[in-house]
Amino acid sequence: MRVGIVGYGAYVPRLRIRVEEIARVWGHDANSYREGLGIEEKSVPSLDEDTATIAVEAARNAMRRALEVKPSEVGALFVGSESHPYVVKPTAATVAEALGLTPSLTAADTEFACKAATTAIQACLGMVKAGYIRYGISIGADTAQGAPRDALEYTAAAGGAAYVIGAGEGVIAEVEATYSYTQDVPDFWRRDGASYPRHAGRFTGEPAYFEHVINCTRGLLEKTGTTPRDYDYVVFHQPNSKFPLKAARELGFEDKKLHPGLLVNRLGNTYSGSSLLGLAAVLDVASPGERILLTSYGSGAGSDSFSIRVTEAIDYKRKLAPPVIYYLDKREYIDYSTYARYRRLFKER
Amino acid sequence: MSVSGVPRHWRSQRERYRLLGTYCENCGTSFFPPRKICPKCRRKGRTREVEFSGRGRVFSYTVIHVGSKTFDEYAPYVIGLIELQEGPRVLSQIVDCKPEDVHIGMEVEACFRKLFEQEDGGIISYGFKFRPVDDSWVEYYEKLLADKKARAAQT
Repeated sequence: MRVGIVGYGAYVPRLRIRVEEIARVWGHDANSYREGLGIEEKSVPSLDEDTATIAVEAARNAMRRALEVKPSEVGALFVGSESHPYVVKPTAATVAEALGLTPSLTAADTEFACKAATTAIQACLGMVKAGYIRYGISIGADTAQGAPRDALEYTAAAGGAAYVIGAGEGVIAEVEATYSYTQDVPDFWRRDGASYPRHAGRFTGEPAYFEHVINCTRGLLEKTGTTPRDYDYVVFHQPNSKFPLKAARELGFEDKKLHPGLLVNRLGNTYSGSSLLGLAAVLDVASPGERILLTSYGSGAGSDSFSIRVTEAIDYKRKLAPPVIYYLDKREYIDYSTYARYRRLFKER
Repeated sequence: MSVSGVPRHWRSQRERYRLLGTYCENCGTSFFPPRKICPKCRRKGRTREVEFSGRGRVFSYTVIHVGSKTFDEYAPYVIGLIELQEGPRVLSQIVDCKPEDVHIGMEVEACFRKLFEQEDGGIISYGFKFRPVDDSWVEYYEKLLADKKARAAQT
């Protein structure tokens, strides 16, 4: 029996700030950030948007596509994020309530930097395969934090993607295999009570992102006996444009297989939403029979890889909700002062 | 709102999260907020819970420049009286547009937003607000798939 994605949905807030505008305020050279990070602009949440509201919007889009799924049939809901609105009080319960899935389900927030939601997809796949639940939902959403003037401020963005996992005829993308790779690496962290994460600069590259993304992907290829030639698309976690491109080239994927799911130049890094929004953009254009390789990355550090095969059901389901590109195009630019107000950077009185 | 406001907030949470109202099967009228009995039919009424489509039109609106303390950081913001497709009128903030873009008769749809946050680490209140309807995304798929064909033809 086919097990995999029966519905997917994306959401990105409509406000944007350009790299030039952030660089202007701090006296940085905008070009070095544009070219160094491969980013033009990033999304910014409105005052009334947070991880919970983004998760609800994305999940509602996913449920529109998962049209055969009755709310009472959803047995699990997870929200992966590193910007949950509460430290104690689950985002997942709010999202489940807003979707009308309560009370007969299990729900939890997951946390593993930017890969919290791909891990939750694995949990849903396991529960569906074991017959514990009929359908499960995993959502990756963030209003990413980056300290003012830090390099992270240029990329830390807001957005999310939701996946309804299940089995049967309604599967639009079968998950053929999954493989994970985890080690303790202090490349990026936020201590309890700290407002912004800290990172180890260049250390976030070789021993962290590349070590895990590349080895996890290789592990999946080995496990499935496949090669990069067997895949039509590849999606990696995208903290900037350069990292995923370098990883793809080192693994032997042609650039054209990466581009349909590479959104970071117009979106920024949506942390837990990052690789899953990339996958959503690929599902927006993929044809039945095509294969997708997805590898997430979460600092601290770990990766989850998935081998995914698109089915015929994609043709009628994808048109039931907005594509990712619609959200990228629907935007309004703000200046840094408005950004500072919306991100509550000013201390009042 | 103090912590003592939490139960009151929680009691109306479901209808705010999902835009739930009441439908009377006897007279075919919908109500928001939910009613225990049909105000028209009284004891003859047969009411049941209904989840509204979230689509509606701006019946009237006003722009708030000086809000109450809880909402002041949103100013200027738009408060609209939204007439739902199913009939009831709902008071709500209208978001994702500038105050000057709002007009009477404008088509709107419900979205899920933060309504307010209690001070000093209190609870966050969520619920529906309304935004302008934009169905332009429907057109995207044809273009996306045409672009894909064109790229395939090149290679």
